[in-house]
Parts: sequence; structure tokens; C-alpha cells
Amino acid sequence: MQKEMAYSFPDEVLKHVFSFIQSDKDRNAVSLVCKSWYEIERWCRRKVFIGNCYAVSPRMVIRRFPEVRSIELKGKPHFADFNLVPDGWGGYVLQWIAEMAGAYPWLGEIRLKRMVVTDESLELIAKSFKNFKVLVLFSCEGFSTDGLAAIAASCKNLRELDLRESEVDDLSGHWLAQFPETCTSLVSLNISCLGSDEVSFSALERLVDRCPNLRSLQLNRAVTLDKIANILRRAPQLVDFGTGNYAAELQPDVFSNLAGAFSSCKELKSLSGFWDVVPAYLPALYSICPRLTSLNLSYATIQSPDLIKLVSHCPRLQRLLFLIQVLDYVEDSGLEELASSCKDLQELRVFPSDPFGVEPNVSLTEQGLVAVSLGCPKLQSVLYFCRRMSNAALVTIAQNCPNLTRFRLCIIEPKTPDYLTLEPLDAGFGAIVEHCKDLRRLSLSGLLTDHVFEYIGTYGKKLEMLSVAFAGDSDLGLHHVLSGCESLRKLEIRDCPFGDKALLANAAKLETMRSLWMSSCAVSFGACKLLGQKMPKLNVEVIDETEPPDSRPESYPVDKLYIYRSVAGPRFDMPPFVWSMDEAVKILH
Amino acid sequence: MQGGGGGSESGSMSTVSREDNMVMSSEDSSCSDESELELGLGLSLGGFKMHQVSRGGHYARILTAKDFPSVISASSSPSSSSSSSSSSSSSSSSLSRANVTAGTKRTADSVAAANSSSQVVGWPPIRAYRMNSMVNQAKNQATEGFNSTMENHKSETSTVEKGTTGISSYQNSGNAKLRKSLFVKVNMDGIPIGRKVDMNAHESYEKLAKTLEDMFLKTTPNVNPAGSRALKLGMMNKLTRSSKLLDGSSDFVLTYEDKEGDWMLVGDVPWKVFLSSVKRLRIMRTSEATGLAPRLHERNCQRQRSKHI
Repeated sequence: MQKEMAYSFPDEVLKHVFSFIQSDKDRNAVSLVCKSWYEIERWCRRKVFIGNCYAVSPRMVIRRFPEVRSIELKGKPHFADFNLVPDGWGGYVLQWIAEMAGAYPWLGEIRLKRMVVTDESLELIAKSFKNFKVLVLFSCEGFSTDGLAAIAASCKNLRELDLRESEVDDLSGHWLAQFPETCTSLVSLNISCLGSDEVSFSALERLVDRCPNLRSLQLNRAVTLDKIANILRRAPQLVDFGTGNYAAELQPDVFSNLAGAFSSCKELKSLSGFWDVVPAYLPALYSICPRLTSLNLSYATIQSPDLIKLVSHCPRLQRLLFLIQVLDYVEDSGLEELASSCKDLQELRVFPSDPFGVEPNVSLTEQGLVAVSLGCPKLQSVLYFCRRMSNAALVTIAQNCPNLTRFRLCIIEPKTPDYLTLEPLDAGFGAIVEHCKDLRRLSLSGLLTDHVFEYIGTYGKKLEMLSVAFAGDSDLGLHHVLSGCESLRKLEIRDCPFGDKALLANAAKLETMRSLWMSSCAVSFGACKLLGQKMPKLNVEVIDETEPPDSRPESYPVDKLYIYRSVAGPRFDMPPFVWSMDEAVKILH
Repeated sequence: MQGGGGGSESGSMSTVSREDNMVMSSEDSSCSDESELELGLGLSLGGFKMHQVSRGGHYARILTAKDFPSVISASSSPSSSSSSSSSSSSSSSSLSRANVTAGTKRTADSVAAANSSSQVVGWPPIRAYRMNSMVNQAKNQATEGFNSTMENHKSETSTVEKGTTGISSYQNSGNAKLRKSLFVKVNMDGIPIGRKVDMNAHESYEKLAKTLEDMFLKTTPNVNPAGSRALKLGMMNKLTRSSKLLDGSSDFVLTYEDKEGDWMLVGDVPWKVFLSSVKRLRIMRTSEATGLAPRLHERNCQRQRSKHI
């Protein structure tokens, strides 16, 4: 090794070479080659991604990577999106910001997902990082417009402010006016999550006016249709636009003004927003439809014929997200239209408008998805809510679309069998994992036995994320997944009869994964304690809002369980309803 | 730090970096097999080891939940406790065993859940952001903004109306099993961490008060070693007696902020009306609530008067 080192490149050359290596995986591989490469690499790593903010401590990151300019952090488990994680669970970003404020004066980009961000954190960001450029708060909460005002006022070179799907406390609409007149650097602004009163429109107009590089703008619902034209005329260079409210009384001059404004945006490729749609205004989009590659109508309460008309104008559509309405019309025919006109479609998402209705929505069935699978050979990503499915349909879909990388099917009623044969849907999902060799993400639903997990364990070698609900018969199901899925990173399970056996027999597997979530299953408190005791590199956390788990017998199942690997040890910000199974912690007590 | 270091030092460093790499990269490096802890764990549960079972079934039988009737599948939904016909008998026997166990709140809940049409939280998996959007759309369409459109465009009126019926089911569900959650924030004076409670999971003021009492006022023994000790100790010091939030006999009262932004005492309007107007809740110290609801003060006076008699 020493001899080879004598012939290796000087540090500066290596550093230059490494600067071309952007992917985390490759960077990690580089760092393992030898000690000196590890050293060189760690000093020149500029971007760090941390998929679980509790897997490592801020201090550890700073110690290893002293020159970071961009950080991405994720907090709460995915099931927090569906209210399964109680409020106050954790995911606070403040400590990270505080430590990075001292260590990374040149930090320019912070991207957070499912984290709790306070005004204090935002104010700290605003005053600590002189070169701050990008703030993305995806599905975050805990802050108000006061925090945003601090960011706007202090960040002189802000390029990106994206608040998508976050929960913001509205205190004042004037935070936008805090952007100084000298700020002309905005490239991307997403304020779609803000409520009615949280934006001063005139401040927004002036901001758009003075930012010639603005490419992406998502307005909030307070911005009415008649105002869209004003904005678009100030930003004809937009590539990605989210309308606010898309409803108004039909007036010819408003319509023609809007249509003209849209057609003046020669770069526009992606549209979203469309709350409260009035169909009469959809033709205003026709001039840009031929250029659109992405259309998100998933909040648009428009009906199938209007949707079909619109989509038929968009032959280059690659990404379509839309909401299916309860109607008299057959929605499957709408999807058939789509399949015949949008041959480049790669991603399809269909949301239910009536998920809690008693009557099954007969308008949308598995036929729509089959039609799309047949007509759109490039289909890679599917999210589909429906009320019935068959194994035959799933097999057909699998055979038509072997390139699927993400397949999420939600049959609305739990444990619904194949509607033709009344059998479980094991064979159908089995076909999906068997034919789609690059499948990375899968969500299951319907009536499923342990067999489906046998298929998944056998064929799902590239599967990274699996979501399971109301499925399986026994621990064997879980065992198949944990022992077979080599690439598994995230596993989330709810309401399945999986207990201690498979979990304990596959304990080592858990160290190779980011996290495991199990709620309303059959894992006993005793098993959780054992796991916590035997696996020091795992944080085993039991969540129970009713009473402490050790006030009941050890064989009693825990309500919710979240296990994740960590080099930082147990966390210290757990609320009273979260219990850590870490032995060391218990000894302290 | 060029070169140098013995073999063992670099060995440990590469272990550390692999671990660090694993938590700091978006994708895994290859999994290591060296830490296969199988039987050490299995032993404490009776020397069990997982085997693959062939269809012929002549391998060792996999023990399943039905072999362990003491493991209660206690969940909020009835479907998982009777997930397959073979396990239903054991789960009902385990439920009856659980009935015998006294004093555990969860037992009562699981029996109740199995019997009544329960409500499944978080299903179907639609993000809270999307659900809130749809609810707000239904409200908007039902109220102002659309009336003029409806008058002027009759054909569109009928289609719009049809549209809203679908959306409005986001608010009031006909299906008892799957119903929409309505989470509102709850803060209690003196406790920095707020909580969220699902209004639609409660049918009455009494049920809501009970949940909130359990959430905020329960004197839980301090078994959670980690977590904010100071916070929990503070909570325990404050709340040493059982409290009732609705009848004015405790140190705290339950108040809510309505659609107009006013803070009101909870309990004065019919439950359904309350549901449609509540924006958030606050468990307020009684001493601070005097300006809020004259009725509360009256009630206390009445109680004191009746005591004197």
C-alpha cells in the first residue's frame, strides 16, 4: 500500500478529480479506498444528505465534513403524513442550525423534509449565513410568517424559497415586502401552502418584476384568477407556474387577457395549482398545452370531459397528476383518452375525490390503469387510488410496464379481494415485482396473504421502500421481506399480524436499513426491550400515548414502534409518549 | 494526516466511516453479514428459528400468532384482530382473557374497537395537506364566490354542484369505518409542547375532555428515562389531582378559538355546531379565563353558594 501511494496523485489533483463526483454513494466509496482519500474527500465534500436527522448528530457531521455548503435533512417518519405520528414526536431542526451557524459560515443551502422549524430557527438562519441561497421546507411545520420575514429581510442573495406543503402560522401578510429592493436573485418561489391572508399581492408583483431569473413560481390560493395575468406578464420567462385560485365569473376581457398572458410565456412547461377551477377558463391554457411536460390538476375539481379536452391538447405530457371526480361519466374512458394521446407519460397519479363515501365510486376502476399501462410504454411511476382490482389487471399492467420504478396502489377499502375471483391479490402484486426488475418503491393494498411477501422477498431485489397495511397472516410474511429484499431501506407497516419472531430473527437486517415503522401490529414490549438491548446501533423507540408500555405485561404488544439505525445513540428530545429501549439510557434512570 | 497509522487504526477508521457513510448517504453500501445475531435473540423466546416452509409442509412449522394466544392483536381497527379466519378464534379467546385483566384502559378500548364500527386513522393514505385543501375547497364552493357564477351559467352550475357533492364528503362521511380526521391544535398553559387531537374521533364533549385529560393531566409515573425530564417533572408538579375540564372544578378550563377568532368556553353549543366552528383548543388556567365566559364564573359562584347552604 505504501509503495502504491508513492505513485499516486498529489492532493490537489485528487481534490479536483473528486469535485466531479457528486453522488453520495460514489463519494462514500471514494472515502473507503484508503486513509488519505478519506481525508481529502472529507475536506472537499460540499453537500451532505441525511435521511434521518437522528441517525447522526450535528457535531459528528461537522467534525467529519468541515466545509459543507449544502445540507439536506429529513425528520419524521413517512407515516407522519397520515397522522400516525403524534404531534410533538420530534424532528426539531434548531440544534442543527445552531451548531452549523458556528461551523459553516458559508452554508448556502438548507433543505428540510418533515421537520419542525421554528421562527427562532429561521431567524438564526437569516443572521448566521451570509451567503444563504436556498431554503426548501417540504412538509414542515412550527413556523410563522415572522420567521419568513426574517429570511426575506436578511438573505440578500436568496435564490430559492420553497415552502411546499408546509404548515405556516399566518400572523401578517407583509413578510413578502421584507425582501429588499436590492434583491433580484430569486429563481424559485413556492408559497402555495400559505393561507388566505398571508401574502401582500403588490409586494409579490414588485418582487416578480425585479427578479429576471425567476423560473419557478407557485402562488397561493389567495391570488385570484384575474391577477394571474399581471404576474405572468411580469415573468414571461417562467418555466414552472402554479396558479392560485382558478375561479372567477366568466368575463371575455379577463379571459382574453389571461389567454394572452399564458401564450406570452414561451418557456412554460409545467403547471399546477388550479384550486376551485371554473372549466370555462381552461381554454386559456390551450396555447401552452403543446409544450407542457408536467400538469398537476390534483386539486382541480374539474370533471372528466373538461379534463379530457385539456389533456388532449398536451401530447408531450410526461407527468400528470389529477383528481378523479365522482361523476356520471365513466372515468376509465378519460384515462383511455389519456393513454391514446400522451405517449410520453412517465408518471401518473390519480387521487380520490370521495375517499370516505359509502357508495363505491364506479366511475374509476382498474381498467383505467390498465389502459394507461397499455398506451404509455414509458410509464415509470404510478400512484393510483381505486375501489376494485383484479389479479388479471395487475398481471397485465406488470407485463405492459416492465420499467416501473415506483408502484403505489391504494384500494380504498382495506382487505378488498380480487373482485372477479374473490381471491387475494398476491399473484397480481407478485407479477409486479417479478416483471418490474427495477422497482424501487412499492405500496400494497387489498386482501393479501403471506404469499405476496414471498414474491416480494424473492423478486424485489432492488426494492428500497415498502409500505404495507392490513396484509399478511403471520410472521413469515415479515420474514420473507426482511430476509429477501437486499436493497431495502425503509419499511413501514400498519395493522398487520407481524410479531416478535421475524423481527428478532432478522435483527441484523435492521442495521442495514434506514428505518422500520410498525404500528398496530403484534410486536411485544419484551421483544422491543430485547432488540434495544442487543442492538446498540439501533434506536428502538416505542410510541404510546395512552400509558407507559411497562405498566402492562411484557407480552403485551406495543402500539407503535419506530426503529432506526444511528451512530449518535438515543435521542434526548423525546416527548413523554415516546420510550427508548436503549439499555444505557435505562441504566441512567 | 497523510499515511501513517497501523493496520488496526485504519481498520477501525474504515469501520467508522462505513457507518457514517451509511447514515449520511441516500443509498446503502453493501450490507455486511458479520453481525448475524440470530439465535441469541431467538433463544430467549424458546429457541425458535425461522425456517422456510415448503408448500408440502414437511419442514418445521412456523409458529404464528395463533400459537401464542397471549399475544393480543390489540389495534384500533377490527379488521386486523380478525385478519384471517384461523386466527379469529384465538384472538377472541385472547380478548376474553384480556377482559379478565383488570384496570388496563387499552383492554377496554380493544374490546370496544372489535365490537363497534371503529374508525381507522390515516386510511386511506392521503396526506393531511391534501385533505385540508379539499375541505377548504368544499367550504369555499358552498359559501360566497360561486353564487354569481351559478346564476350566470346554468349549465356550469349543474356540473359544479355535482362536483361539490363529491368534495363535501371529505367533511362528513357516511362510512363509519373510514372517516376523515379533523385535527386541531391543543395547547395547555405552562406546557411548551402542544398536541393535536382528532375532533372527529370523539362524539361528545365528555369524550373529548377525557382524551385531553389523558393527554395533558394524567399523572404518569416517570418511566421514560430519556426525554425532557424537566418538562415531565414540571407537568407532574402542576397536576397532582384528577381534574375535570368541563365542570369548572379544576384549575384549568377548556376553551376554543372559533372561526371568527374569538375565544369561547367549550361546551355551550351543540357538539356538531362546535365541530364546524372550532379552529383550535386551549387549556387555560381558570384564573385567566374569568373575562372569557361569565357563565363559568357564575357556575363557580353557584357551587360555592350551594356549598354554603
